[in-house]
Amino acid sequence: MNDLVAVLISKYNYWVYIILMMIGFYAIITKKNLVKKIIGMNIVQTAIILFYISIGAKKGATLPIISHGHDAVGHAVHASDYINPLPHVLMLTAIVVAVATLGVALALAIKIYRQYNTLEEDEIHTRIREQ
Amino acid sequence: MKIAGLIVVLLCGCLLIYGTVDFPEWGDPASPASTHVSPYYIETTMEDTSVPNIVTAVLADYRGYDTMFETIVIFCAGIACIFLLRTYTHQAPETRLYRHIPTGIILRIKKGGKLPEDSTDFERVDLQWVPYDLIIKTACRVVVPFVQLFALYVIAHGHHSPGGGFQGGVILGATLILYAISHDLRTTIKRMSEKAVILLSAAGVFIYASTGALCLLFGVNYLDYSGLAAILGVDPVSARSHGILIVEIGVGVAVMAVMVSLYYNLSSVGKQDEGL
Amino acid sequence: MTWQLDHIILSLVIILALGAITVKDLLGAAILFGAYSFMMCLLWAIMGAVDVAFTEASVGAGVSTVFFVAAVFRTTRRTKD
Repeated sequence: MNDLVAVLISKYNYWVYIILMMIGFYAIITKKNLVKKIIGMNIVQTAIILFYISIGAKKGATLPIISHGHDAVGHAVHASDYINPLPHVLMLTAIVVAVATLGVALALAIKIYRQYNTLEEDEIHTRIREQ
Repeated sequence: MKIAGLIVVLLCGCLLIYGTVDFPEWGDPASPASTHVSPYYIETTMEDTSVPNIVTAVLADYRGYDTMFETIVIFCAGIACIFLLRTYTHQAPETRLYRHIPTGIILRIKKGGKLPEDSTDFERVDLQWVPYDLIIKTACRVVVPFVQLFALYVIAHGHHSPGGGFQGGVILGATLILYAISHDLRTTIKRMSEKAVILLSAAGVFIYASTGALCLLFGVNYLDYSGLAAILGVDPVSARSHGILIVEIGVGVAVMAVMVSLYYNLSSVGKQDEGL
Repeated sequence: MTWQLDHIILSLVIILALGAITVKDLLGAAILFGAYSFMMCLLWAIMGAVDVAFTEASVGAGVSTVFFVAAVFRTTRRTKD
């Protein structure tokens, strides 16, 4: 029992990422409104970013910016003193790509609205069948 | 449908939880992610590139290819949005609204009416009613240059503090979006035309790719900035630092232009006439 | 102190995500999503990912909310779910 509690507490960031991912998936699958689906897609993206950043976290380490880097006396840099910078790099670009794809998704939604005058998926289906 | 969706989602959640049990503990310094390649980055960044911010160094130097193609993805998204929404068949709206500036009276001019285009007493307003707000307009006009200055600082100071091309480019684009919201879309397009935006987004990608190609001419690998030492007149380590700055400027220009282009097209549905 | 702050922000993130997908008004959903992004940004700042937090503050809470509002302005606020 204590082991289970210890596992639950030591990995709470991972549980939150799983919950967020489930919320996002649920929105993508069941919501009928296209903008709601896009919001769900963005929630999944941020959940994955949270997962990566949690991987990169390191206990007892500081920000990945080397202090006293330009001092005359050379300081030895130890890897255990700094947070793992690699997930940060990957996710930094992913966020900006996410907003660019969000723009394309919203452009598609606007285009569909101009064509069918609705954003609801079921109404779009009936209007396609009527034509 | 909702029940089926919930079952699928719960199954996915169970699989993810099952996978997470084997994960290393949160913040474990000996986890696989922090033991293989990242210690090399942390320990040799200062000697290799003399850039204290490891994230910037890895972003633009060690993993330059990755960032270059991410920039190309952003550029493609901007182009895709233009292809989806932009309508080039110019048909002016049938009725237009003009505000007489000295008195504040708004005139509705129907089709065929004489438009006071060249008069300085009138300014055009959007059909969907926007209140005339002197405070917002003035405050935004005062704030915009300072925010732009801050954006340039973020791009240029990314070596020593959090920041870099992506953040600075987005802030620079956000200032133009702020200007478009506080005034109107036509004023912003007069300042920064659609053609300029598309050219800038291509120019940003070009700066990045051509910096890499320039390195090839000096006999080193693509995007290995130490080859630029001969033109810049510095030692190879500083040359990598300067190369990162050039590349970040390219990223910033591309990101700024794509954000502005996306906003122009989304807010006016491709007509680029009457915006938010 | 940090872990209490951590827990408050983590629960706020979940509440805001649920709110953003359940509220029956797209403009409200867009604003709630902006708040969600900002809470995410705080979370990353706590975890030491300052560059990512900076990007999320300018992109997620700033520009993407504007895009959502622009799209809702050009389509409709009404939604059935």
